[in-house]
Amino acid sequence: MTYILIFISAVFVNNIVLSQFLGICPFLGVSRKINTAVGMTAAVAFVLTISTIFTYTVQKLLLQPFHVEFLRTITFVLIIASLVQLVEIVLKKVSHSLYHALGIYLPLITTNCIILGVALLVVKDNFNLIQSVVFAISTAIGFGLALIIFAGIREQLSLLKLPKSMEGIPAALIAAGLLAMAFMGFAGIVK
Amino acid sequence: MKDSAYNIIVKGLITQNPVLVLTLGMCPTLATTTSAINGMSMGLATLFVLFGSNVVVSLLKNIIPDKIRIPAYVVVIATFVSIVEMLIHADFPQLYESLGIFIPLIVVNCIVLGRAEAFASKNSVFRSALDGLAMGLGFTLALTLLGSIRELLGTGKIFGHTIYSEHYGALLFVLAPGAFITLGFLISFLNKLAKSSKV
Repeated sequence: MTYILIFISAVFVNNIVLSQFLGICPFLGVSRKINTAVGMTAAVAFVLTISTIFTYTVQKLLLQPFHVEFLRTITFVLIIASLVQLVEIVLKKVSHSLYHALGIYLPLITTNCIILGVALLVVKDNFNLIQSVVFAISTAIGFGLALIIFAGIREQLSLLKLPKSMEGIPAALIAAGLLAMAFMGFAGIVK
Repeated sequence: MKDSAYNIIVKGLITQNPVLVLTLGMCPTLATTTSAINGMSMGLATLFVLFGSNVVVSLLKNIIPDKIRIPAYVVVIATFVSIVEMLIHADFPQLYESLGIFIPLIVVNCIVLGRAEAFASKNSVFRSALDGLAMGLGFTLALTLLGSIRELLGTGKIFGHTIYSEHYGALLFVLAPGAFITLGFLISFLNKLAKSSKV
């Protein structure tokens, strides 16, 4: 039961982009076309799940028992950076087509607040391993949902004639605000 | 052509303001500007990290091998972030609560790594320090401005001082959608100003 609640909370009620403000940079940067949005979501889902498992393990096996939790930021960031590097190398060897599909997004993901953000949220909310994985996958789905809807909106926006000072980022931000407002309608579903 | 010290400062504060012109570091901008004081504090924390990491990266630029420079910069930045996190946790506990996970998230703020890679790795310590200061101040200015607007429109207060009754406040501005919308209008307003000053 908790897993369904985690899922609904992460995808709708506390959507990672629209209410927790993580992942805005790729949200604004990669959302101009729907197919790039889908590619980015896939890459994020992949990296997010793996990195959550790794950072969770390090937290439980190293940081907590040895009381060196102040090293969390440094170790998490290094784990994520190395992981992305590793994923890129492995992907290149194992599946060349997948590498070409996801490849350009991978370096972008390292400095993406979502990966580090989710790793830290898992620690803060004190999830166990399975809950963390469910949370990671749900967050990726929530990210994808927001991203793909937004890409659709932006594709439409690009066809409009806007005042010069509004073109580009300002219009996108206001549209994102309205989308965030829409998602606020989900508040109260999960207590 | 190298920038003069004056140019570095003007670039960081105004013409290449990291948030309002380069649109980098959006996550903390939108999340921590629920009030003027939160925005300003976040800006100052980032300023500390930017300044520190720019200086250290510039000091070490000839020692760090090119292949591992990004992970090396990340370690430097993460160290400063850990320092500022511990400082805030110890001396400003309510701030620690309200800024939450965005303090450690300074380490993945594109501005910090971006300046280390684009500037500090190629410039003298003095100029890198200046650039860190200028970009950090530009960031703080933008965040304080955004935080003040959101706080004023949302609750009728600025920095906790009541300007008008909270009764007339539009709570939306303090919440998530308000962040996006206010920043969107702010950037478009500044775009308009920039264009009309060129004409």
